Amino acid sequence: MMHTDWLLGLGGGLIIGLAAAIFLLVNGRIMGASGILGGLVDGTGLNIWRERVAFIAGLVAVPALVTLLAGAPDSHITRQPLLLAVAGLLVGFGTRLANGCTSGHGVCGISRLSERSIVATVFYLLGGGITVFLFRHQWGII
Amino acid sequence: MPALVPFISGALFGLGLLVSGMTDTAKVQGWLDVFGNWDPTLAFVLGGAILPMAVAWRVAAGRQRSLLGNPFPAKPSPRLDHGLTIGSLLFGAGWGLVGLCPGPAMASISYNGTSGAIFLLAMIAGMLLAKPVKARLGAS
Repeated sequence: MMHTDWLLGLGGGLIIGLAAAIFLLVNGRIMGASGILGGLVDGTGLNIWRERVAFIAGLVAVPALVTLLAGAPDSHITRQPLLLAVAGLLVGFGTRLANGCTSGHGVCGISRLSERSIVATVFYLLGGGITVFLFRHQWGII
Repeated sequence: MPALVPFISGALFGLGLLVSGMTDTAKVQGWLDVFGNWDPTLAFVLGGAILPMAVAWRVAAGRQRSLLGNPFPAKPSPRLDHGLTIGSLLFGAGWGLVGLCPGPAMASISYNGTSGAIFLLAMIAGMLLAKPVKARLGAS
């Protein structure tokens, strides 16, 4: 059976790909979330700070508007501060060290068959898979 | 004007993340839960996103510059380094722990309350910590 979730995933994915395609063809940039934010945070990408801020503003604005009109979407985010802090640190540190995350390496890199992006994607899937296996099935923490 | 299109692109990205369910940490952790109740949705999202982007790269290959006159980003050399592999492993670990990666972390900030704020602030701190380490590793 083709689940509705899978169709929504495919549809949402196409919209994400369209967003990345526009950003590339008009502005000549890679739509990578960690790179766009990271370049602002560590000061390495301030030369195009307007583009970065505008992108993040759009990214934050649409879900905020949806929340305002229709209520907050399902999130299921944990409320454990320690877990959130450690996970956030790892995500920020790791994506900057690897020069990309799910959007930069996963969407933009794989679609041009970049070897580095394919390797990065294999490694973060591996890291995520091992973590969920250990923390959920072995230790029952998440 | 150069900021209008990034705003639209960011807005579409946010919409796509919502529609696809990738702002739902349970779905993302479900995708990573290969040995449990595996949820394949993320594969459809990634596949769907790669399609338009693959077309865009083909279009870009036939052009000198983007519409606003910027050069297209060069394809990075296939050279692998420890920053790429170790960084990606660490990122994956954090992604699995909470179910958020950088895009959805920003997209969901308006409704994720204190939890979302803690994650985003820690993520920004991690980005700042990475800068000197990256310099030492000699990664680009």
